[in-house]
Amino acid sequence: MGSTATAKIVALPMVDKHADPEPVAAEVKASAAQMPAAEIPVPEPEPIPTVSLTKVFLGLLGYVTRERMVTALLACISIGALFLFWYLGTKYRLEFYIRFKNVPTPYEVYQQLTQVGLSNKYLFNIAMSVRRILLGFMIATIIGVPLGLAIGKYQRVRDFFMPVVEIMRPIPAIAWVPMSIMLWPNNEASIVFITFIGAFFPILLNTIHGVHSLDGVLVRAARCLGASEIRLFMNVILPGSLPHIFTGLAVGMGVAWVSLIAAEMISGQFGVGYFTWEAYSLVDYPAIVLGMITIGVLGLACSGIIRMVGVLLMPWLAFAPGGRR
Amino acid sequence: MSMTMTEAETHKGFIDVRDMGVTFGANDNKVVAVDNVSLNVQPGEFVSLIGPSGCGKSTLLSIVAGFVKPTRGEALLDGKAITKPGSDRGVVFQQYSLFPWLSVRKNVEFGLKMAGVEQSKRNTTARALLDLAGLLSFENHYPDQLSGGMKQRIGIVRALATSPQVLLMDEPFGALDTQTRVVMQEILTNIWQQFRISVLFITHDIEESIFLSDRIYVMTARPGRIKAVIKVPLPRPRTAEMTDTPEFMNLVQELKGLIREESLAAMAPEIKDRGLSGFGMKVGPKGVGEIF
Repeated sequence: MGSTATAKIVALPMVDKHADPEPVAAEVKASAAQMPAAEIPVPEPEPIPTVSLTKVFLGLLGYVTRERMVTALLACISIGALFLFWYLGTKYRLEFYIRFKNVPTPYEVYQQLTQVGLSNKYLFNIAMSVRRILLGFMIATIIGVPLGLAIGKYQRVRDFFMPVVEIMRPIPAIAWVPMSIMLWPNNEASIVFITFIGAFFPILLNTIHGVHSLDGVLVRAARCLGASEIRLFMNVILPGSLPHIFTGLAVGMGVAWVSLIAAEMISGQFGVGYFTWEAYSLVDYPAIVLGMITIGVLGLACSGIIRMVGVLLMPWLAFAPGGRR
Repeated sequence: MSMTMTEAETHKGFIDVRDMGVTFGANDNKVVAVDNVSLNVQPGEFVSLIGPSGCGKSTLLSIVAGFVKPTRGEALLDGKAITKPGSDRGVVFQQYSLFPWLSVRKNVEFGLKMAGVEQSKRNTTARALLDLAGLLSFENHYPDQLSGGMKQRIGIVRALATSPQVLLMDEPFGALDTQTRVVMQEILTNIWQQFRISVLFITHDIEESIFLSDRIYVMTARPGRIKAVIKVPLPRPRTAEMTDTPEFMNLVQELKGLIREESLAAMAPEIKDRGLSGFGMKVGPKGVGEIF
């Protein structure tokens, strides 16, 4: 091993221009060939992939076992208290300004779930909403992230696009409903469009912010290391902005759901929003609550997925000062 | 240390700065940062540029790195004008400039990846360099898991990975504590001893510049001009013990004398005129506020 180490240092200046660039590897190979298999010197460990599933799993396990149990307990109590309030309110039919008179009990909602929960109609509504969300959100991401990177990086692109962005941004996605119905050939497209509008601006603006908050010295360092413009984008500006992009995706996903439900209630056929509104029209009170809970769970699942993808894509954030945890 | 390359033969990396002038802003806000500076770094030479803060030494380095265009004069590398950053000039910055999203090894590989070197070759080179920096066991760590000294060592070998002809260092140890700094200086001379490439090193630390350099350019306060060039006759390789020798001490004294004036000038022109003792203030029994 000692001779290997020396060889490495001798080899270093050879890294440039002339001479055999990998005498170390050559030597290891050569010695391996001479010796019987059992005595092959253990080569230096192969680089371990930085994201391994076991690592992630152990990390999650470590996350659970700590005093975070207390956190979990408090979470259970807080959710339990909400249900208790609901239960008591409906049981005693509370009337103090807010009226529990028509509010279904938790049990009625549970019954509704068992009856309707696995019906094709209900599942189809969920599928429709999820499809609209995914489409709108994906289009918003595909357009928003590259556009945001370009606006963040180039003054001229910024000068061109930002005026339009600033005018459009304050218009809530819901205000787009009538225009959207006029604009698009069918209902489906117009709902996806409204979802897209909801997700687009948070994604765009956070991406721009991500580029701006990137430390300039990293860009200079990359330039010195010979990064061309396109490689600079792919290898520095994009990964450097990623934390902010994910903030944008999480916020965008939230707004996308708000927009989707509103659009479905106003102009929709099918979808969870439509399901909820229809229940109201048909005076099917338990179904209203079921619809609400469904929306909540779907929204939670979507932002959970985004957060998880974020953790997997950006393992370094665990060590960043003031980072996650 | 017998494995240094036979010099001369490969060594390019001649930096030539001629009649350089840099002016920022216009009209009323015009600031002359650098004025009529000429300096050079011979192939394989370690040259320091020392001066008070704000004297334009970092600006000079930015020009040689290709980030800033001079207002007057030119900077040449091996006879060719420098117009933009490139991997023929490795740069080590004062701020930590490792990419936080890349592992230590991937950081060192970055320049090679940009040059289109294949993965296995990049890996070998990066690991050899990390070994040289004594950080091979940290290859899979992220920069945020390392101390400042470690980060700068990686910054140095990352800049060396593409086999640049020159290394430009902008107060690379400025953010480190004194103890770490001294160790880093030794590590740097060690690494340099093996590569023997031209280095332009910016610092405001006198001992550091003497310990590391073959020659030292002393700059004046803004607008930055070259005030003196000092040769450092200490033998190579340099060791920590040398800092206690009379030769070293004499050089420190000489440089201190040169720089003190400029530091005063940089801080406040009035102080330079009146001297520090000219700034007495009577403090009465009721404190400074009392007027005599």
